[in-house]
Amino acid sequence: MSLRNNRLGVLALAAAALLLAGVALAFYWAPEDADQGFSQRIFYIHVSVALTAYASFGWAAWKALRLLWRRDERYDLESYTAVHVGVMFGVLTLVTGSIWARISWGVWWSWGERQLVLFLVLFLFYSAYFMLRYSTEPGPRRARMSAVYALFGVVLIPISFLAIRLAENFIHPVVFTREGPQMSGSMFFTFCVCLAGTLALAGSLYANELLGKRLDERLRDLREALA
Amino acid sequence: MTTAEKYVTAAYLVVLAVILLYVVIYTFKLQRLEREIAELAELAQRKKAA
Repeated sequence: MSLRNNRLGVLALAAAALLLAGVALAFYWAPEDADQGFSQRIFYIHVSVALTAYASFGWAAWKALRLLWRRDERYDLESYTAVHVGVMFGVLTLVTGSIWARISWGVWWSWGERQLVLFLVLFLFYSAYFMLRYSTEPGPRRARMSAVYALFGVVLIPISFLAIRLAENFIHPVVFTREGPQMSGSMFFTFCVCLAGTLALAGSLYANELLGKRLDERLRDLREALA
Repeated sequence: MTTAEKYVTAAYLVVLAVILLYVVIYTFKLQRLEREIAELAELAQRKKAA
C-alpha cells in the first residue's frame, strides 16, 4: 500500500513538474509562430489535453475489452474511472479549443468544422455513458453494458482524429502530417513536455480516482458486514 | 497585454482552474471517507463491547 502511495505521489509530482515546465517553455522559450503569432501558444496545452482525452477513452475501451474477455468485474471500475478522466480532459479540450477559435477565427464555435463537431460527438457520447451506467442496477449486467458502450465509443476516436485530414475545406490547422510535425524543434520539444505533463496528470488522476472508488466499495462491504 | 495574450493566458488558467477544482472535490471526498472509517471503527468497537 505504501509503495503504491509512493508511486502515486511520484506520478503526481512528475505531472506538476512537467506541466509547470511545459507552461514556462510555452510562454518564454518556444518561438512565436510566424503565421498565428502569440495565439499559437494555446496549441501546446490544447493538443496535449485532446490527445490525453483520446488516450483515456482508449484506456477505458481496453479495460472494457478485458472485462468482456475475462469476465473479471474489477475491470469495470477501471474502465469507468478512465471514462471519467477522459470526459474531464474532453471538457478542457472543448474550452481551450473554443478560446483558440475565438482568437484565430473570431468565433467561439464553428459547426462547419468536422474536427470540432466530431470531437463534440465523441465527448457527448462518453458523457452519456454515465447516464447509461446510473440508469441500471449495479452488477454484472451493468458492467457488461458499460463495457460494450465504452468499446463502441473508441471507434469514434480514429474518425475524430482523421477527420481533419479527410476534410477538404478546413480551417483547423494541420500540424502532424506524413512528413512529421510541421514545427520547429523547440516548438516540438515544448509540445512533448506538455503532452508528457498532461498524460502524467491523467495517470495520476486515474490512479487516485481508482483508489478512492475502491476504498468506497470496501467501506460499503465493511458496513454491510458490520450491520 | 494584447488580446491574444489575454486569451492564451485565459486558456491556461482554465486548465489550472479545472485541476484545482478537482483537487478541492477530491479533498471533500477524502474527508467523507475518513468520516465513514471513523463511524465504522466506532461501530466495530460497540459490537466488540456488546
